[in-house]
Amino acid sequence: MSAQPTEAAATGRPLVVVDGVTLRFGGVVSLDDVSLEQHPGEILSVIGPNGAGKTSLFNCLTGVYTPQQGGITFASTRDGATREHSLVGMKPHDITRLGIARTFQNIRLFNALTAFENVKIGVEAHQRTGPVGAMLRLPRTRREEREGDARTLELLDFVGLRSRANEVSASLPYGGQRRLEIARALGTSPQLLLLDEPAAGTTGAEKIELAELIRRIRTEMGVMVLLIEHDMRLVMSVTDRVVVLNFGRVIAAGSPADVQRDPAVIEAYLGTAGTEGEAR
Amino acid sequence: MTVSEAARPGGPTRTRELLQHRELRRLLGWLGGGVLLAVMTGPQGVIGQPTYAISHALRGGHLVTCLVVGVVMWGLSVGWSHGRESVHAGLAEPRAQLRTAWEQPAVRRGFYLVLLALAIFLPRLTGQFWQGVLVEQIGIYALLALGLNIVVGFAGLLDLGYVAFYAIGAYTTAYFTDTLPVHPPFTINPFLVIPFAVLAAMLAGLILGAPTLRLRGDYLAIVTLGFGEIITILAVNLDSITNGSRGAFGIPSFSIRLPSWLGGWHYEWGLSSLPYYYLLLGFTVTILVLFHLLENSRVGRAWVAIREDEVAAQACGIPPVKYKLMAFAIGASTSGFAGVLYASKISFINPSSFTVSASILILVLVIFGGMGSLFGSVVGAAVVQWFFKYVQKNNGAPIPLIHKKLPIDVQDLYMYVGALLILMMIFRPQGIVPSRRRAREISMAEHGIGGADAMAAPVGSPTP
Ligand SMILES: Nc1ncnc2c1ncn2[C@@H]1O[C@H](COP(=O)(O)OP(=O)(O)OP(=O)(O)O)[C@@H](O)[C@H]1O
Ligand SMILES: [Mg+2]
Repeated sequence: MSAQPTEAAATGRPLVVVDGVTLRFGGVVSLDDVSLEQHPGEILSVIGPNGAGKTSLFNCLTGVYTPQQGGITFASTRDGATREHSLVGMKPHDITRLGIARTFQNIRLFNALTAFENVKIGVEAHQRTGPVGAMLRLPRTRREEREGDARTLELLDFVGLRSRANEVSASLPYGGQRRLEIARALGTSPQLLLLDEPAAGTTGAEKIELAELIRRIRTEMGVMVLLIEHDMRLVMSVTDRVVVLNFGRVIAAGSPADVQRDPAVIEAYLGTAGTEGEAR
Repeated sequence: MTVSEAARPGGPTRTRELLQHRELRRLLGWLGGGVLLAVMTGPQGVIGQPTYAISHALRGGHLVTCLVVGVVMWGLSVGWSHGRESVHAGLAEPRAQLRTAWEQPAVRRGFYLVLLALAIFLPRLTGQFWQGVLVEQIGIYALLALGLNIVVGFAGLLDLGYVAFYAIGAYTTAYFTDTLPVHPPFTINPFLVIPFAVLAAMLAGLILGAPTLRLRGDYLAIVTLGFGEIITILAVNLDSITNGSRGAFGIPSFSIRLPSWLGGWHYEWGLSSLPYYYLLLGFTVTILVLFHLLENSRVGRAWVAIREDEVAAQACGIPPVKYKLMAFAIGASTSGFAGVLYASKISFINPSSFTVSASILILVLVIFGGMGSLFGSVVGAAVVQWFFKYVQKNNGAPIPLIHKKLPIDVQDLYMYVGALLILMMIFRPQGIVPSRRRAREISMAEHGIGGADAMAAPVGSPTP
């Protein structure tokens, strides 16, 4: 973990740098020398056919997997100072507390808990109440509980689920669960939010709402978004830049319109046209 | 059978279809249960005739009676599951009313106050024997169950050597009251031993948990099982320290002596059970309240998160190992605390109180009462331990009303508890006083929500 406090905005340094990351599972190469950058203020999309390595990239970024080669650095800003951290080898919970939150491709909510409790668990990531404080209800515990409740309600409001706060999360409709997972991730006060196919399985109307939500995450919360998505219309409508993966390699990068015209990208998608109807 | 059936086209499929019929399968199950019951309640075995007990149990009227019991049980279970929907519909209204009433804090508080009042008056209604049971069997085991519930119910860890920490607490008490072959630097009253015992048990928990909690859940069960055995074996064999299987004698009871400038007031708990009962009641209620607050705090929610989905919990910034260790240490300290109470109440301890079967018994209390349900732990301890003592005391005596002898042999008690546990797992896996969260988890697992997930398997680093 290298640490040099600097002025982030002034230098315009990237928020995340993925540098030559290679991840193998036995003989399968999920990520092959992948490099990419995300700059502050930017919404970046990662697209690619099934099995291209998109989720693997997220798992490397969040410490679930440790790549065999390459480096990942994240410029985390706390209290006005920015420090660069190398994420390789860090534990997932430490990365979350550093400022990278995520959602999962196959929703992973705490199913037996209410929507409120789900978000509150996220909000409590930076609190400090321990067992003694909790048992004796010390002043700090009570303050943190109050603040946590307020923040949780704010976030439920933000994603439009406040009226369903006390429902068990598994009973929410699919689109609602996706938004709840986003609220939970936002609860950890991230600087970067990784969304893994947030529109999968949602209806057309929900997709439009989702695009709006992603824009608001940037404008109202100041949180950058790294998006994995198959739905090209959603990608086109919210992203500044697109990186295309295929068989674990970056095959194209650029504006959404440029990328769509790129012959290599068309080739990659045509090669798997049978399985990949959505993204064209 | 196979030949003749195979000759007829469609024969085997027919049988299979029949077997797939739910009620028929259930009937077969109950009949099997009837046969088991016949064997269990049949005559004792005879040396030299290994088949005697079983063949006589399965002969004549006894078997028929047991099979009839099986059929009756089957009829009841069919009627129950059919009636359930209509009963549910009929009960929906009063149940909803009950639930809204329960949501009122005043109603809940009133209920708990009534229970507390009952607990205060209960020992006054019974004799010395049951007062002793209330302290030694129920009170202390309720404390033990509460602590284990933190480990098993809240954090979802299986601890099979829980009683080792109880032993550590008890032997720490013996040490500091100078009743062991090794002498302490200073002698203190058991009351003052409490912090030392709690600390010792917690330390042991941390030392044991730190390396093993990093591993998957099953390893923890095995390691704790081994640790429990090690502690018992050490207690038996370290003659010069623990006095071996004879144990420690003459551990003093709790006493309080105010310094003379405060009047020099002195109180000793002594040998009778009643003062200990009230002391235990106070401790139990305090721990219930503390653990309740813990459950509904950041820490309690982190435990639920880890139990439900460790990957998602980590993504919420929760370090799983740290929180599991915390639960383990809190459970261990509670166990150590109970050890002090036990040692000073009984006044002598030996390794036979700290065997694996005691660990299993405490686990049974937790499961019976309801995993993750604090109140359930106390109820579980009360019901199961009362049942044990009732059978032991009234063994051979006729049961009032039906004037027949209890057909249960004291040696077989654990077998019945096992059967009870199996029935619980089938009909009420959430326990008799279920925790709301756990009940939800179980019903969701039954409906196939949550659980299996593509990414759940290989968390960690891939092959290099
Ligand atoms: N834990 C794992 N063990 C073995 N192989 C894995 C593992 N995780 C991913 N892979 C492999 O890595 C490759 C990339 O998978 P990944 O899940 O990253 O693809 P993806 O781009 O997210 O695909 P999709 O669009 O289907 O979600 C696949 O070939 C997959 O089989
Ligand atoms: Mg994926």
